[in-house]
Amino acid sequence: MDTHSRTDDGLTGRQYWRSLEERLADPRLLAEVAQDFPEYAEKLQNPVTRRHFLALLGASLGLAGLAGCSGTQAPREKIVPYTRQPEQLVPGKALYFATAMPLAGSAMGLLVESHEGRPTKIEGNPSHPTNRNLGATDAFAQASVLSLYDPDRSRSVMYRGRIRSWGEARVALREAYTRQLNKKDGKGTGFRILTEGVVSPTLADQLAMLLKDLPDARHVTYEPARLESAAESTRLAFGERYNVRYDLRGADVILALDADFLACGPGHLLNTRDFTARRRVGDDAPPMNRLYAVEPTPTGTGMVADHRLALSAAQVEQAARLLARLLDVGEDAGTGELPAAAAQWVRAVANDLRGKSGASAVIVGDGQPAVVHALAHAINAKLGNLGKTVLLTQPAATAARDGMTALAELANDMDQGKVETLLILGANPVYTAPVDLDFANRLKKVPLRIHLGMYNDETAQYCDWHIPEAHYLESWGDARSEDGTAAIVQPLIAPLFNGVSPCELLSNLMEEAPRSGHQIVRDYWAGNWAKRDVATRGHLETFWRKALHDGFVADTAVKAADVTALKAGWADRIKPSAKPASGEYEILFRPDPTIYDGRFANNGWLQELPKPLTKLTWDNAIIVSPATANRLGLGSKEGPHGGSHGEAIVNVVELEYQGRKVKAPVWIMPGQADGTITVHFGYGRQHAGKLGSNIGFNAYALWTSAAPYFGSGAKLVKTAERFTLACTQAHHPMDKSLDDQSHAAKERGIIRAGSLERYKEDAHFASDEAREKAARGGSAKEDKKHPLTLYNPDEWKYDNYKWGMSIDLGACTGCSACVVACQAENNIPVVGKTEVTRGHEMHWLRIDRYFEGNDENDPKRVYFQPVPCMHCENAPCELVCPVEATTHSPDGLNEMTYNRCVGTRYCSNNCPYKVRRFNFLQYADYATPTMKLLNNPDVTVRSRGVMEKCTYCVQRIRGAEIEARNQGRPIRDGDVVTACQAACPAGAIVFGDLNSTGDRGKKSRVAQRQADPLNYGLLTELNTNPRTTYLAAVRNPNPELEPK
Amino acid sequence: MASDTDKASPPGPKDDRAIIGPGYTFGSITEKISSIVLSRPAPRYWWVGFGCAFLLVMVLMYSLAYVLYEGVGVWGVNVPVGWGFAIVNLVWWIGIGHAGTLISAILLLLKQKWRTSINRFAEAMTLFAVACACVFPLMHMGRPWFFYWLMPYPNTMELWPQFRSPLVWDVFAISTYGTVSLLFWFVGLIPDLATLRDRTSNRFARVVYGILAMGWRGSARHWHRYETAYLLLAGLATPLVVSVHTVVSFDFAVAIVPGWHSTIFPPYFVAGAIYSGFAMVLTLAIPIRYVYGLEDFITSRHLQNMAKILLATGLIVAYGYGMEAFAAFYSGNPYEVYLTENRAMGPYAPFYWALIFCNVITPQALWFRSVRTSPMILFVIAFIVNVGMWLERFVIVVVSLHRDFVPSSWGEYRGTVWDWATYVGTMGLFVALLFLFVRFLPVISIFEMRTLLPEAHVKEET
Repeated sequence: MDTHSRTDDGLTGRQYWRSLEERLADPRLLAEVAQDFPEYAEKLQNPVTRRHFLALLGASLGLAGLAGCSGTQAPREKIVPYTRQPEQLVPGKALYFATAMPLAGSAMGLLVESHEGRPTKIEGNPSHPTNRNLGATDAFAQASVLSLYDPDRSRSVMYRGRIRSWGEARVALREAYTRQLNKKDGKGTGFRILTEGVVSPTLADQLAMLLKDLPDARHVTYEPARLESAAESTRLAFGERYNVRYDLRGADVILALDADFLACGPGHLLNTRDFTARRRVGDDAPPMNRLYAVEPTPTGTGMVADHRLALSAAQVEQAARLLARLLDVGEDAGTGELPAAAAQWVRAVANDLRGKSGASAVIVGDGQPAVVHALAHAINAKLGNLGKTVLLTQPAATAARDGMTALAELANDMDQGKVETLLILGANPVYTAPVDLDFANRLKKVPLRIHLGMYNDETAQYCDWHIPEAHYLESWGDARSEDGTAAIVQPLIAPLFNGVSPCELLSNLMEEAPRSGHQIVRDYWAGNWAKRDVATRGHLETFWRKALHDGFVADTAVKAADVTALKAGWADRIKPSAKPASGEYEILFRPDPTIYDGRFANNGWLQELPKPLTKLTWDNAIIVSPATANRLGLGSKEGPHGGSHGEAIVNVVELEYQGRKVKAPVWIMPGQADGTITVHFGYGRQHAGKLGSNIGFNAYALWTSAAPYFGSGAKLVKTAERFTLACTQAHHPMDKSLDDQSHAAKERGIIRAGSLERYKEDAHFASDEAREKAARGGSAKEDKKHPLTLYNPDEWKYDNYKWGMSIDLGACTGCSACVVACQAENNIPVVGKTEVTRGHEMHWLRIDRYFEGNDENDPKRVYFQPVPCMHCENAPCELVCPVEATTHSPDGLNEMTYNRCVGTRYCSNNCPYKVRRFNFLQYADYATPTMKLLNNPDVTVRSRGVMEKCTYCVQRIRGAEIEARNQGRPIRDGDVVTACQAACPAGAIVFGDLNSTGDRGKKSRVAQRQADPLNYGLLTELNTNPRTTYLAAVRNPNPELEPK
Repeated sequence: MASDTDKASPPGPKDDRAIIGPGYTFGSITEKISSIVLSRPAPRYWWVGFGCAFLLVMVLMYSLAYVLYEGVGVWGVNVPVGWGFAIVNLVWWIGIGHAGTLISAILLLLKQKWRTSINRFAEAMTLFAVACACVFPLMHMGRPWFFYWLMPYPNTMELWPQFRSPLVWDVFAISTYGTVSLLFWFVGLIPDLATLRDRTSNRFARVVYGILAMGWRGSARHWHRYETAYLLLAGLATPLVVSVHTVVSFDFAVAIVPGWHSTIFPPYFVAGAIYSGFAMVLTLAIPIRYVYGLEDFITSRHLQNMAKILLATGLIVAYGYGMEAFAAFYSGNPYEVYLTENRAMGPYAPFYWALIFCNVITPQALWFRSVRTSPMILFVIAFIVNVGMWLERFVIVVVSLHRDFVPSSWGEYRGTVWDWATYVGTMGLFVALLFLFVRFLPVISIFEMRTLLPEAHVKEET
């Protein structure tokens, strides 16, 4: 300050000033202040206000010396702390809430990760009874969090295309309801409710009340992908309706008749877990089960079966009848023709099943009519499986009519003008109804049409009122799982787009003073509590809180019914189906493996998730067998930009079925029964949203209510057109050609598998040494040590943690839940179809699919191989990075420093496993406000030009480290669970510390796995020392069918 | 004055061993070469040619701006083929540059007098090729604005480049190469710049040439220092001929990708570079000599000598292809064997066989003297070799990457319109720079040409 001097007053030597005012008259000081504090400069110059601001100026004076600090600006936004800290909330620390996701007539118990009030990640709820301590989920559940934030969701109440207020909608609802209520005779005659499968006890209760008030109203439930055949079949066999579920823990032999019981339908997670638990080998493992599959179109279940028989869908019934006869079930109808080889196959299965009373299961899928299901019931009854591996449970009582017949009836009523008010809750029948019902046009005849839905979808276009529906993560509700266990659906966030839940809508409809969603659900469960035993039920609040906390309501599971016998006359009720017309193609209608019946069409994660077997993304295609393709001259060639890793150019065919035509691309699928074609629902939507509209073709446009499962008489005509499909892994003819990936994978030891017998001969059959021995003709050099290296392999000792992963190829069914889980956990962007065709997809974890066998039409098996980063100890990527953006951590992680990456892509070139993914363009969505809420705050959102790859969920490792350090203990085995591992229902993925000795002196699970004789690493001859290793798959073939 | 020279110069070279036509004097050489720059007006074809090239430069600018704006994803690169046209073109351009350095440095040290008339524009070609090459490694990065992270500079993060990565070696090798080539070329130009300064009648040109000539007066001391400096630079440049493409080949040889991981790469790349470089010199020299009537200075002997080098390096390259295939089968390494089969029979087989045709079969015509003495055929062969060398790099970069270890990740690659625009754009840049060069600088070293005259050797002969 002393350096400022006044020269104009003649003072010399040291400079003095008498007052601040005088000091501040210094023009240079003024100039300096003006530069740094412009808002005060004017006031300083102005003598009137100068005094007024004296106090402030004192501060400025002091700050004037800090001129060098100018340039930083405090943020202008107000930063407001929580005035009252929400309970349990520590900023930066995730909270988990139990809830459940209803889907297609069942529900999955979930734990949802929430960051400062934003749900970001779905995990399975291990305490939920249907999860049996596993905490697994499927791809749909994993991706549902993206649907929550979908910006295309419907945002406002609409009345005939105009935005209206919720109040107006409520008035209209009440009016419609009271009109029905005030009818003198036949209260509710014109009132219909159409819903999806109702799994909510509260909603069921509300609907029951409604039907009590309006006795002549009707409630119809409709799930296009789950028709009534399974439930109806129990009526044929047992005289009553039951839900069927399986307990495969005790099943030694399983026969799947067109049943994808590992991948879809209620209980698939538990089925997968129980099934794969019996696939392990080793000293303490239970005896291995054996799976047979008969199916017309390849599924994840069929393709991992020990024996698979490809038959047309109609022939499945013949196979079931032959089996029934061979097992003396008492079915006497003719067997029809079954090819001799197939009959031989069925005979072998029958022989195998015969000895397994009470320890086998015959499972029929939803794509088969009730008759086949009933035959399976009969076989299971004969084999004594009922009550052991096959469980029948009483379904919840409901007045609803379900399935295709009910929908057809409703359509008929609409046509005849019997319906005055139609309330559609969640369903999208205009899109999903069979084409012959002409639902859209008939819907127009209904005077008042009200639609509750998450999207302004096809049905909303035809309805007077459209009311946005709340996502399950933002609404109160409840849901029953396949075993009847009820879980409370609790919201994680307030409705983003002012949606209401079906319960709230019904409350508004029926009640003078509508209750909140929370109140409705709680009232219902208070009623349930009141009915419970006074001695054990405890306090209501405790009961409620416990249910919320645990994620399920105790003692709500339904006991298996004690049914072991068939009802007399069953055989007469299951007369053989009409013989299909021959000479044409049989057409199968199936839900899509990733977007289901179309409800997930606007979900980018599921659209981009390669379908497990075809590896197609963003499209559906007509699936044909290689033989059919040969006959019709159809083919698939690789496009130039992505080749077999993205771009497939295929023929377009015209498919004609019952006079209706559709033009669609064709996909050739090994294992498809010859003469059958499969079409998948879910595509060709008009009003799905920005992502899901106008892609693929609409299979519903061919579907008829008369033949809801499959039909014959489809015609295929090749057209001159071609179409580009986005396929992440094409397949080639299975021979020794240069192009055949499956053959190369086997030759290179990337896929290793053997039979149980082989394993018993030599447990180490899959090891590098054994392979080398075989290659040398049984004379492995004794002195050869692996790996061969010039360098000191112990240059760096991993003394502390040593993270590693083990993936069991024998367990993986390719369900792809892990892929979506990884995407959700790690903020992996969606790139879109065009980018996928160019080989730019971003999945950190991919599932490779290889076929076994030489017959393209009848591959023996498919091996699914999840490939994350191998975290090589000698990582080839690391030494070629010019800027040290990818380095090794002391605990052996191959780390990627996004900030440092300049994007040379050298690391990706040098990665032998090709697990690195590059942001070729700006893929991460920085623009959409709701998408910002979705991101996991523990993981960087990568910008364009940056390489990325699997991190072993490093954020979870570091989180566990901090937690352990705070508690003064080492990380325990199981503390770190990667996202893929958590999602896997098969328990195929195990992650942990390879150094850990675990609890009670036992090695950690991953260390045990890596010490397993079946353990092998990919491309170990490159001396990469991968930390991710695989367990070779062990199959359990029937010696009768596969002689040695 | 121009007409005098025309009269003085004889109708053309007769002796195909001659490296300069008969009948020239110091004055006529100076006049003939400097007149292209100073007195002859730019002919129409210069304007047309430069205009076309300039248009392509605009295409380059536009496509680079687009890549910067959208990201490198507009190119065809993907996973598994992380490097595409950019690296192919980088290697191709750098390789082309090699002939310039070889001619100016190594042939100078070896006292090959015939180099004199071609060294100037060969060096210019080197510089322009390096300039074109530099576009690619820069722009193929995901985040080109951080290119300087590849250079060792003190920074607050205390981070250095990763010296084990060949890309860092590349930065050093190419920047050294560029710098030395520029210096060598510029130093060589100084006496001629002074000549131009002295001869021009345009004041502006005199100032510019004057500044560039750095006060050259042609005194003995100047000549002495000049000779020393030039020799020193030649000595410095000589190892670069070998080192630059060796280092570039390390980009591949150090990686573990089948088809890249091979010890044959350094010599094979250097030979390939010289091969492509001489092909490019021929591609340029033949039209220039024709257009500017320089047949007396760039004589048949020059063309024949270059054709012989082309043949020799072509044979080395062919040997390289053969050894690569042999080593793959001899090693028994299944990935290498597969790669070799896939090259010859896979989806990119046409590229491979086209490469064999261009680089192995075509140059065999050079065994014949009649071919070597026909500028037209030589031009065609050189052009084909240029295409072949581009294909070679394509086969190395793309075909090796597209099917490596894990079959599930096999894919394909094709350059997009932006890849082509950038490539063609750099050709435009190269040609535009050459047009400017022949217009504003002496395309042949005047003073060195003068030393070829018998008058320059009085002392030695007496």
